[in-house]
Amino acid sequence: MNAQELLQIADDELILGWRDSEWTGIAPSLEEDVAFSSIAQNEIGHARALYELVSRELGTDADSLAFDRHPSEYMCAALVEQRRMDWAHAIARHFLYETADEIRLAALKQSDDGAVAGLAAKMDREEVYHRLHARMWNDRLQAEPRYEDALVELWPYALGVLAPNQRTALAKRVGREEVDAIERNGHSDELLELREEMTMVRRSVPGATW
Amino acid sequence: MIYEVFRQEKKGAAFAHAGSVSAPNMTFAEAFAHEQYGRRQESEALWVVPREAIREVHDFPDELHRTYHRVDGYSLKEKLRLARERAGTAADR
Repeated sequence: MNAQELLQIADDELILGWRDSEWTGIAPSLEEDVAFSSIAQNEIGHARALYELVSRELGTDADSLAFDRHPSEYMCAALVEQRRMDWAHAIARHFLYETADEIRLAALKQSDDGAVAGLAAKMDREEVYHRLHARMWNDRLQAEPRYEDALVELWPYALGVLAPNQRTALAKRVGREEVDAIERNGHSDELLELREEMTMVRRSVPGATW
Repeated sequence: MIYEVFRQEKKGAAFAHAGSVSAPNMTFAEAFAHEQYGRRQESEALWVVPREAIREVHDFPDELHRTYHRVDGYSLKEKLRLARERAGTAADR
């Protein structure tokens, strides 16, 4: 497992965690607010653990990787960058991402690198509940045209989360035709805005120990 | 729908009422309870119960003051002391 591949996953988890946390305080019910915020926090926790693993190899630290890289160096998928303040889209993304992430984690758990495999197993134990949450919402919204539209729209983005050899498995799992994926190249303005906000406090006093 | 949540703090401990969650069905209730009452590792297990399933029983009249039905209604201590005196075992033990 090379550092770049791990960084892709770490960046996906950080940025999705950040996006999901935008629902804190405004989710459709208080219970959902707590649940979705807790999931968002877990994702950021996973990002942190992955950054720490990579930082040892790259001779840096997790915070520097998360906050100090140039925007063009972030390797997250286009799926997680989007700012979509619409519950149908938030759940469609959540469902597609968690399904993709399950496939990716299953592969990571088989890694020859013990540290990577161990961390993947730990993450997967928390992801079980993310998937449970995603599936129950998917079941509930399934018949809603607005939800289906969101799934259709986000599907090519979801395929881009995975390596090409894992995409057929995803298509099979969510019962959709494989289409051309939107790959991880270049970033939207939405990511630049997110990064501005995310690093605002840290940048306000460069080099400070917090 | 309201679901009542009971929380077990550690293995073997009795479940105690933790609070409630509002959810459209049992699947959601379980997921919500899991996040509300378990995300800080504060629970070993949860019971999630629809509020309607809980029957409240109250009103226990005691018009005749039958205090002997109550644990504190029948003091054994004094009787025991007298009995020991009679038996000569009241003792200095």
